[in-house]
Amino acid sequence: MKSLMQILTRGTLAAALTACGIASAFAADLKVGLSVSLSGPNSSLGVPYAKGMQAALAYKGEVNGRKIQLVVLDDGSDPTTAGRNARKLIEEEKVDVLMGTSGVPAAIAMAQVGKEAKTPMIGLTPILLDPNENPWVMTVAQPTQLMIDAVVERMKRNNVKTVGYIGFSDAWGDLVYDALMKAAPGAGIKVVSNERYARADASVTGQVLKIVALRPDAVMTGGAGTPGALPFLALQERGFKGGVYGQHGLINPDFVRVVGAAGQNALMPTGPVIVAEQLPDNYPTKKIATDFRAVFQKVNNAPTSDAFSAYSFDGWLVFVDAASRAMKKAEPGTPEFRVALRDAIFSTKEVVGTHGVYTFKPGSLYGVDERARVIVKLDNGQWKLAP
Amino acid sequence: MTWDVALILLTDGLANGAVYLLAGLGLVLIFSVTRVVFVPFGDIAAFAALSLAAFETDRVPPTIGMVAVLAALALATEIGSLLRRGEAARIPKAVLMWGVLPAIPCVLAWLAARPGVPVAVHIAVAVLLVVPIAPLLARVVFQPIADASVLVLLIVSLALHFLLSGLGLLFFGPEGSRTTPLTSAVFTLGDGFTVSGQVVLMVGAAVVLSGLFFLVFERTVAGKALRATAVNRVGARLVGIRPVRTALLAYGCASLLAGLIGVLIAPVTTMYYDSGFIIGLKAFVAAIIGGLVSYPMTAIGALAVGVVESFASFWSGALKDVIVFSLLIPVLMLRSFMATHAEEEEDEVDQ
Repeated sequence: MKSLMQILTRGTLAAALTACGIASAFAADLKVGLSVSLSGPNSSLGVPYAKGMQAALAYKGEVNGRKIQLVVLDDGSDPTTAGRNARKLIEEEKVDVLMGTSGVPAAIAMAQVGKEAKTPMIGLTPILLDPNENPWVMTVAQPTQLMIDAVVERMKRNNVKTVGYIGFSDAWGDLVYDALMKAAPGAGIKVVSNERYARADASVTGQVLKIVALRPDAVMTGGAGTPGALPFLALQERGFKGGVYGQHGLINPDFVRVVGAAGQNALMPTGPVIVAEQLPDNYPTKKIATDFRAVFQKVNNAPTSDAFSAYSFDGWLVFVDAASRAMKKAEPGTPEFRVALRDAIFSTKEVVGTHGVYTFKPGSLYGVDERARVIVKLDNGQWKLAP
Repeated sequence: MTWDVALILLTDGLANGAVYLLAGLGLVLIFSVTRVVFVPFGDIAAFAALSLAAFETDRVPPTIGMVAVLAALALATEIGSLLRRGEAARIPKAVLMWGVLPAIPCVLAWLAARPGVPVAVHIAVAVLLVVPIAPLLARVVFQPIADASVLVLLIVSLALHFLLSGLGLLFFGPEGSRTTPLTSAVFTLGDGFTVSGQVVLMVGAAVVLSGLFFLVFERTVAGKALRATAVNRVGARLVGIRPVRTALLAYGCASLLAGLIGVLIAPVTTMYYDSGFIIGLKAFVAAIIGGLVSYPMTAIGALAVGVVESFASFWSGALKDVIVFSLLIPVLMLRSFMATHAEEEEDEVDQ
């Protein structure tokens, strides 16, 4: 019995040693830690994020001859778990960079841990943080203002003078409304209403009646996902004839399914990857977007139908570009490398991604410009580029 | 506000009120017979709506699996309690009642989940599929604790709601669904004022079903048994009414109502896995207006909730629910003034 115990102990020790050996052999690899919502209410976004990351790994799996390892954890759509995941990724997996996640609060939680542990974080959603307070975080998502500016430009071109607003009674509704209020005066457009509804509401008839009674030229909606379809349906029911505008929170196959015919001709901004094949050939992001589509199809055996997987892909491209420069300064897996990587990311210049062209500067979360947005029109359930 | 707008809001409110009315009737029915505030009521309606949406997209609704598992659990509970009481001879009947009967809608639903089946069949099957849910839940969860206090029953009922909405998320995903309208008819009344056929259908269903309710309670033995149990459980037992049987009848009727609500509202609102809760909550406000015992008062309360909700969304969309739920405060104050304070525990001795 004793000998059996000895054999077991020795065996375990030997296995542990071998494991350490393997770990040290791989220590020079680059490690990316992704925490994302694979379960819970945000999983309809989180799953595409994870798939996009797998496609990115297949697209470019090494930098300067060093392999990249991807560690994926599920945060269950919970900010607390996301923060814990970030800590686990940094302390146990010793990742060089954090990426995530599908919810803004969860992404903020991760960024805070990244700041404490001095590990750079490439956010895949708009993160509402002061970049001067947390110089370790940046995001590949487009700022809301950039997107809404495009909508307001389009309204101006369509001779819209007055616009009614209806949106969520939460942070997203506020964000879109504030951006609209900032952009509209410059274009000579008057915002005549600020109606709100809750994500769980069954009907917005009352709010829409009020808007229709004000007779605006157009209506701007500040919703996201399937609940974002409600104003479109109610406006159609009330026979509203003006234009209806949305924003990038609505670019989602489930929205298209629920809104049905009521969404016909609705205009909204999005990253160019959604309509990659309709872009003119000289559009800067067209080639990489087509490559992304192909590699995604190969890895996941399904076409892309969302904007989220492309953010993962872009985050990866930004990381790969920065890592190749940072590796000249330090060895991956060390604190020095993480500092070098952070500095390299913040000196990113003109990295072409699927959503836009990225140029990061210290003191700014966002790295995209006008090339990261196009206006699309919903036409018979398909997104059509509306140049 | 012009008359046009007021009329539109009123019809919208009545349509919503009709739904709360049916839900309120279900809640009052279950509460008066079993003293359970049946929170999962709305979830069952959501299951019906989402099952119908699944049929429309040619998917097999995962509700089938849930009903089957629930039936197996109920059967096991029943056989266990029969064996404990030494009544093994009644097992075949239990198998028929708890195993075969709930399996019928499952099989029907499985057969209906293929392309080319007419919409009417889908609707009927979606409603039938959810009918066994409440009685099965009652057998597994509520029957063993039927004599517990109202508070315990309420907590268990709340826990069941969380279980069901969790399952809903697992089965149907976080995104909502809408089904094709049952009718696309539009009625024009006066100049420019129109009422959609779907609204007429909702109000009509509420009127017809409450009429049926009235007839069942006034004219049939089963209805009278339900009323007797509601008035006094011990007394009902003394005259030969079995509370377990009437409770199951009440759960079955309520489940049927929930299924009907589900298919009625699925085309006009986007249904999510958790939409049922808010419907149930507003129906609960209506039921409270009726004191959780009076059907006519519940009906009036439901219509009031619907209309107030509709006008509130016009005045202040963000505060809509606050206004609706504030209705409870004056009603509860009034009830508290008018009620004779009978201690609830007293009539629960040794049931």
